[in-house]
Amino acid sequence: MSHLLEIHNLSKDYRGVPALIDVSLNVKKGEFVAVIGRSGAGKSTLLRCINRMVEPSSGRVEFEGHDVLALGRRALRSVRTRVGMIFQHYNLVPRLTVAENVLHGRLGFKSSWAGLLGLYSISEKRRAWDLLVQLGLEAQVHQRCDLLSGGQKQRVGIARALIQDPRLILCDEPIASLDPGSAKVIMDHLRRIADESGITIVINLHQVDVAAQYADRIVGIRAGRVEYDGSPKKLNKKTVSHIYGTDSQDMLVGGLEE
Amino acid sequence: MTGVGAVHKIYRQRQLWGGVGLVLVVIVTVGSALIAQFDLVEGFAAFPKALVWMGTNFVPDARAWANLPKILLRLGETVVVSVMATTAAAAVSFVLAILGSRTTRFHPGATVVIRALASLGRNIPVVAWAMIFLLAFGQTFLTGFLALFIESLGFLTRSYLETIDETASGPVEALRAAGTPWAPVVVHAVVPSVLPSLASWMLFMLETNIRSATLVGLLTGTGIGFLFDLYYKSLNYPSAALTTLAIVVVVLALEAASTLLRKVIL
Repeated sequence: MSHLLEIHNLSKDYRGVPALIDVSLNVKKGEFVAVIGRSGAGKSTLLRCINRMVEPSSGRVEFEGHDVLALGRRALRSVRTRVGMIFQHYNLVPRLTVAENVLHGRLGFKSSWAGLLGLYSISEKRRAWDLLVQLGLEAQVHQRCDLLSGGQKQRVGIARALIQDPRLILCDEPIASLDPGSAKVIMDHLRRIADESGITIVINLHQVDVAAQYADRIVGIRAGRVEYDGSPKKLNKKTVSHIYGTDSQDMLVGGLEE
Repeated sequence: MTGVGAVHKIYRQRQLWGGVGLVLVVIVTVGSALIAQFDLVEGFAAFPKALVWMGTNFVPDARAWANLPKILLRLGETVVVSVMATTAAAAVSFVLAILGSRTTRFHPGATVVIRALASLGRNIPVVAWAMIFLLAFGQTFLTGFLALFIESLGFLTRSYLETIDETASGPVEALRAAGTPWAPVVVHAVVPSVLPSLASWMLFMLETNIRSATLVGLLTGTGIGFLFDLYYKSLNYPSAALTTLAIVVVVLALEAASTLLRKVIL
């Protein structure tokens, strides 16, 4: 079976400072991949190189057989419509309603004029409503997003990604700003989405226990290099302390095998 | 150093620098007074005398009140010119800021050019602009309008650029990541995120402009500034006083109105 996403020898440096070094990674359709590592290890850069929100310095990214780094502007936009993205700080427009923010996920499919005027079809609006019901936000549909709790904002972010009908969702620390209860709700939704709709998920996390609990596969990054790539079951304390540096293992991986 | 000593040292250093700062302020004040051959004591001693003079001469009398309709007409002209200059500048600044913002990424060249233009407009004082346009257009409303317009354009473009970069980058990133073309990103992510702050900056600019317009009018011989100059130079102090009073009342009323408006939109 071919891969949905293939990353070959990807490197990125910011003005000579390396952020990613020779990263290679293949992701199968429907996989739930957690990328773990310390802050500044390069997780966020890796995620953003996939949809070219950050321009890689060298290497190759293939998504559904397209050479992403070779695409022109229009073709890149078309690839981006098939890749949803969820952010740590939600990145919603605070003064707009929940419904408007969700439908923003459809703007990539429209011509500039239809997009400018916000001309959404009835079926798009119906889909937005269904997604809000699915995520337990039907009571908030008219509410402005700056009035929502963090967990609710992130669910709006998920709905905005899902309305794209994406093949892949990139999640950049989606629970880093949430309390444990809301974080669990978000992780449960993401896991359910992967299981029910076969959408592939690549998620940056810094909590190893959450990654081990939810992901099919874990990729550990340290200083821009992949140091671990495999099943959560095989992840041991030694590997984790290697990824995170010494002394942090007790706090991070209380439940893992020696 | 450890323990209490380390904490103590922080405060000792802060007190030391506070003392140095105070001494510097005194040196600069006294030094500049010496250079300007200005006697500080005499200057402050003249203050009560100035107040007494104002209390006796700078008071509107019956003759001055008869001039009120003329004063209000001229003041109205000044307010209208200020409003025109501010709103026109706000509209142009909005377009420039969207084209020049690092967040919207219209063009890197546009960013450099627009930032440079904004600095030029902002860092040359409004009075200097008025003198420059005075040479070109003479003593007309156009001169005052253009001086206020250019100054506001510089200030507002700069403020709008910063507002966009500070508040819209998150939503812009999200919409771009979803494959949204440039124009809809601006309309759906940038505009709703920044509009209230932009309106608030515009109201602030309007208040400033009505105050500056008085000064500009003195130079360009238009509006309330001209009338004040006329009364003052013809030694008609009561009417000059009434003019000043009218300006103060209008500026205060506008400030109150824009504070209220700002509360509603933010």
